[in-house]
Amino acid sequence: MVTRTSQIPLAELVAGEQATILSFQNMREVAGRLTSLGFTPSVRVMMMQNQGRGPLLVNVRGTHVALGRREAQKIIVQRMSE
Amino acid sequence: MSDCHTAPPRVSRRPATGGADARLIALAGQPNMGKSTLFNILTGLNQHVGNWPGKTIERREGDFAYKGHPYRMVDLPGTYSLTANSPEEVIAREFILRENPSLVVAIVSAANLERSLYLVSELVCLPVPLVVALNMMDVADQEGISVSAKILESALGVPVVPMTATRATGVNELMEAIEQVLAGKCPVVPCRPEVRADHRLVMEEITRQIDSHVPLPYPPEWVALKLLEGDSEIAHTMQTALPSCNWEAVQAILLQHDDALLAVASGRYEWIGQILQVAVERPKMGQISLTERLDRWAAHPIWGLLILAGILGLVFWITFKIGAPVQNWLSVEVVARLATLARLALAGTPAWLSGLVANGLLGGVGAVITFLPIMVIFFATFAFLEDVGYMARAAYVMDNLMHLMGLHGKSFLPLFLGFGCNVPSIMGTRVVDSRPGRLLTILIAPLVPCTARLAVVAFLAPAFFGSNALYVSWGLVLLSMFMLVLSGTLLSKIIFKGQRSAFIMEMPLYHLPNARTIGLLVWQRSMSFTKKAGTKILAMALVIWALSVLPGGELNTSYLAQFGKLIEPIGKLMGMDWRLTVALIASFPAKENAIAALGVLFGSSPQGGLTQMLTASYSTASALSFLVVTMLFIPCMATVAVIRQETGSWRWTLLNIVMMLTLSFIAGISVYHLAVLLRLS
Repeated sequence: MVTRTSQIPLAELVAGEQATILSFQNMREVAGRLTSLGFTPSVRVMMMQNQGRGPLLVNVRGTHVALGRREAQKIIVQRMSE
Repeated sequence: MSDCHTAPPRVSRRPATGGADARLIALAGQPNMGKSTLFNILTGLNQHVGNWPGKTIERREGDFAYKGHPYRMVDLPGTYSLTANSPEEVIAREFILRENPSLVVAIVSAANLERSLYLVSELVCLPVPLVVALNMMDVADQEGISVSAKILESALGVPVVPMTATRATGVNELMEAIEQVLAGKCPVVPCRPEVRADHRLVMEEITRQIDSHVPLPYPPEWVALKLLEGDSEIAHTMQTALPSCNWEAVQAILLQHDDALLAVASGRYEWIGQILQVAVERPKMGQISLTERLDRWAAHPIWGLLILAGILGLVFWITFKIGAPVQNWLSVEVVARLATLARLALAGTPAWLSGLVANGLLGGVGAVITFLPIMVIFFATFAFLEDVGYMARAAYVMDNLMHLMGLHGKSFLPLFLGFGCNVPSIMGTRVVDSRPGRLLTILIAPLVPCTARLAVVAFLAPAFFGSNALYVSWGLVLLSMFMLVLSGTLLSKIIFKGQRSAFIMEMPLYHLPNARTIGLLVWQRSMSFTKKAGTKILAMALVIWALSVLPGGELNTSYLAQFGKLIEPIGKLMGMDWRLTVALIASFPAKENAIAALGVLFGSSPQGGLTQMLTASYSTASALSFLVVTMLFIPCMATVAVIRQETGSWRWTLLNIVMMLTLSFIAGISVYHLAVLLRLS
């Protein structure tokens, strides 16, 4: 498989894809809530459900977390290839 | 593997005697770790439920005794961390720092140790002895995860007790560990996490700047950490405590390192990672868990909504199949008989006294008591759905729709509760995490038609519309829902100007329901509903009763009727005469009073002849208008009182009343004139 190293918003992952978190964009006010649920740079996440609109479901550190699409747009990740 | 035996706990739930020398223990833990289950096992029904001072956050504490020692346990709000992301975190840490508990029990999940140790990584930095309750050993077992409590204990430097709270195993061992620590037989030397290496110098620099100025009881290092995390509460405290030159220096450092929060959090997860490496053995990832399989349906954008609709339908079916007959039985067999008995017993006394007791007092009490069965059914289904973990899924699938109103999925849960009664619905808005979101949810919550309003419709619609009653009833419910979405959308655009809180929510693992947890929840919620609604409805029912008999003892000439006639011109706009207007006003203490008031005004009982008289007296247009206005009219008294309590402000309460009045009048006038135009009269 081709390795894609581009930085993309978490919201662009499709279900089943894994990625590494790189950074949060303009999320000062919710960064604390994200980190306490397990979202930190360099952690691996897996997209569990993403319908292209509405909220999405992510597995981070073994916890299933529902995120609004706006929030998922501001979390920058790097896709992991198989 | 859990090595706990299954002997029943030796904890005695006798209230602790001599509360002053009871040992104060705080119970801390993230949400969904089984915290309430453990709290309920230890304290049982010896719980006091109240609010944290100045906050609308529930405070639960309870007493128990172990080996003759009295204990008082305070259940801290469930929080993921101790940084001021919401009032809950502030409450938890202020309690630990200021109230000096003898010990903190931190409950973590063996099945999800990585995330649940995050709170522990914060607790070990506070100056208080800690014992870790390693819960959900059974779930970890099922998933093939093996956690060694012994290794975890030496890695953390604090006692760790494996347990399965849902089966009440490990509770005695936990109490034993607590005794040991309190007796000083078990030294607690916690191993603490450090900030990620690249930020340690910054942290030292901040500590130097603030060191001698940190107000009690905060530890300076901890304050430095919170400043790095961007904690607004601590920043505010230190801004006032520090000389301005120090504060400016600290600010300059923080500005340069605005990513420090990530360094602090990463440091904690590194610390957790090292502990997990030695203490946990987990199988290779890749197997699909039960939760994942269920969520393919329950969290699916289409199937999920259908499942939710099915569950809601079932709740209504149960409510009307079981709740409504019980309610009817209570009001006919119990309350009505009591009223008759009271009249007989007070036969020799002045008429006003027997009227006061039979109509005022029993009328008010009856309104509350007869609604209790329906509320218990609602509370029980809610507690059940909450306990198995379904509620987060309902919020998830409703998120899209709630976005229309500038809200997110979490606001759906209290709104749904409103179909039972608006009072618990408004208290339930506590789950919404931002204040604007919560206020908006409170403002639109009374538009959800409660069982009392549905009862009025169920009685009057057949009287007015005969075989079309069902369609009219459905139309009225749909109209309410439409008004709810409409006003939510407008309010979010006008008052809250699109302020949106982030939607970040844990989806807990599904698990088998625990009867004890559900039972206690239903018990506590029912008690609190009865107390709140009881006192307020009773008081107001007495006032309305007095207005309906004074000055002459006749309703037709009473102050209430005089007032009704005074404002009849307004009612006329909606096609309502003074009697319908009075019925509307009488629905304020409790919505179903509208029927009773009409009964009195037409001089007949709801059981006999009222329907025929109503059919003869009013046109279809007037009837339709009256029902529409009843659905949308100002919330009942108990709801108004609870809105005041939960918003903490008369301004928001008044805004809600004005909003509902305006909505109902506009809708009433439109419906009446439209119906007249269409020659429905």
